[in-house]
Amino acid sequence: MQRRTFLKTATVGAATLAFPSIVRAQGGDTIKIGFPGPTTGPFGALAKDQQQGAIVAVEEINAKGGVLGRKLEVLFRDDELKPAVGAQRTKELIENEKCEFIVGGLAAHVQMAINEQTKAAKKLFISVSQSDEITAKPDLGPLTFHEALNPTITSRAVGSWISQNLGKKWWILYADYAWGKQNTAVLSEGLKKQGGTLLGSTPYPLGNPEFSAHLPRIIDAKPEVLVTMTPGADNIAFLKQAISFGMKKQMKIAQPLHWLPQLKQGGPDLYSDIYAGISFTWQLEDSIPEAKNYVQLYRKKYNEPPGDYGAYAYSAIHEVARGITLAKAVNSDAVASALLANPTYNHYKGKQWWRTCDHKAFQDLWIVKGRERAKMKGDWDFLDVVQKVAASESLDRTCGEKGVA
Amino acid sequence: MFDVSAAALAAQLFTGLVLGMIFVLLAIGLSLIFGLMTVVNFAHGSFYMLGAYFGFVLLGLSGSFWVALAFAPLAVGVFGLLVERFLIRPLYGRNPDDPLLLTFGLSLVLVESARVIWGKIGLTLDPPAALAGAVNLGFTWFPTYRLFVIAVTIVVVVALWVFLKRTNVGLVIRAGSRDPLMVAALGVDLRRIRMLVFGIGSALAGLAGILAGPMRGAYAEMGVTMIIESFVVVVVGGMGSLLGAVVAGLLIGEVVSLTTFFAPKLSDIAVFGVMALVLLLRPSGLFGEAGLME
Repeated sequence: MQRRTFLKTATVGAATLAFPSIVRAQGGDTIKIGFPGPTTGPFGALAKDQQQGAIVAVEEINAKGGVLGRKLEVLFRDDELKPAVGAQRTKELIENEKCEFIVGGLAAHVQMAINEQTKAAKKLFISVSQSDEITAKPDLGPLTFHEALNPTITSRAVGSWISQNLGKKWWILYADYAWGKQNTAVLSEGLKKQGGTLLGSTPYPLGNPEFSAHLPRIIDAKPEVLVTMTPGADNIAFLKQAISFGMKKQMKIAQPLHWLPQLKQGGPDLYSDIYAGISFTWQLEDSIPEAKNYVQLYRKKYNEPPGDYGAYAYSAIHEVARGITLAKAVNSDAVASALLANPTYNHYKGKQWWRTCDHKAFQDLWIVKGRERAKMKGDWDFLDVVQKVAASESLDRTCGEKGVA
Repeated sequence: MFDVSAAALAAQLFTGLVLGMIFVLLAIGLSLIFGLMTVVNFAHGSFYMLGAYFGFVLLGLSGSFWVALAFAPLAVGVFGLLVERFLIRPLYGRNPDDPLLLTFGLSLVLVESARVIWGKIGLTLDPPAALAGAVNLGFTWFPTYRLFVIAVTIVVVVALWVFLKRTNVGLVIRAGSRDPLMVAALGVDLRRIRMLVFGIGSALAGLAGILAGPMRGAYAEMGVTMIIESFVVVVVGGMGSLLGAVVAGLLIGEVVSLTTFFAPKLSDIAVFGVMALVLLLRPSGLFGEAGLME
């Protein structure tokens, strides 16, 4: 093991020696935004979409002359989906790379570790990951902002739509970690309020690709709707197996979110008739001018349409830029105050706003349904937009409930 | 919690059987390799992963699942031969930790390579149309493809058993795992036998991978959890025992399936509980021969 430790130290050492010089060569007088995310591992595809969304925003802003006459620069780091690594990379971004702002995080638990670092260093952090805690006591800091939806909002909106439209007898299958558990709690509570019945709920270990052992019991219980929290690569494995057991014909299947990389990989054979919520889908370009702008820029650069998580990153980078412009200063405190003083913005899907008491971004979301292959127009046309759920602070917990009033 | 129908329980036992089959294929390979060469092959999970990806590539090239099913394990087997010949052979006679570290490192390299070549998001493999539906077993509808996995595994295990028990090469392999020094003294070239066994073990892992592909998809990290559970199977069955690998594989499959049914939160830990229990009662595993580990 000593050899391994030595190799590791040597590689890290060499990387830190080599890297800053490259950055400095490009750097000059840029405004640096640090961006940690899990580029390796099961959320790799979503992390890539986020990086691409951030790059599109930076290039768009820089093409118009940058901010306060300076160019923006984003520094990406791999947090490996591990809280300790996320914390370390964030610390390095702030201390070594002198990033004044941090945007990023994709998994709820890693984002918390990033937030700890930005709080300690007193730097602005705009989280682009789903989480309830990040805008509640004790995690919310004076410079913590949350651009993404959270499990409460998503599951209240999606859950009440499901129980009103698909059925009130549910089974819930969820990945046994923060995001899965939070959604399950919110969904169960919502179902109860609607007078529905939860026939059962079963956890499975995140990243486990074998679901067959869960299925006979669910089939036996005969729910009207099976609601699943199977994120990342698990989503495809789960749907494959559920369909092979004939479950798509026996019950409706719904999940809090669809993700474009998974839709692309699984295709319509898996995803047709699977219901979900989504914070953004590129088809909105037909009805929203800002969406059209973003989708076109992204398509031009990457030759494919953007996903929902990339759009969060795009919007968050724009918010940093807007804050700097408003504050006329490259300073976390000033930018945070400026954003809260001017909370309304619209970068890619219509009006959004920061709630000043918890720094949560409120925004529209949509209920979508997987399209059948025959109805698809082009390679990426996986979703039918079923209904818009308008942004509303009532979908989230109140600041009082979060302990931050 | 226990208000379940007999039909659901029967279906549950069947799903456990399929899980067990994949474990059996992986554990036999691990156990053979360990028995003959005392190499703890940490790259075995990566060979499983390669089986699924090679299957994906061959399916793309040939358009036939059957071609992929036949040649993906062979390709992984050949890869295994090369690994043994060029990476592991130089380490014989050295500290047993050395091949362990080497195969551990190799598994990291293979996982990373798979990410580079095939991307970070998983790929899907479709079973052939003939196996796509579900069959009515009387008590439940069960995916045809999963029944096929059971059948293939039984055929392969029987064939392997005949090969080891009824052929001369099989005799040498069995003798070599008992007393390599004596076999070498009798003039048998153990180097070739080791290469062959490593190839067979790798091919079995590859077969497990391509069989699992249509159920679970192919992704770079797919071997990481499987390798741990497969080691548990080998330890429970007894290091180096073929029969042990089969019995323990099925046992662990059912344990996972039934704990998922009755207490899903415990499904991860249950396998290790079984291992601890077996080791307490029978330190060399269910069918292990005492003395092999020394």
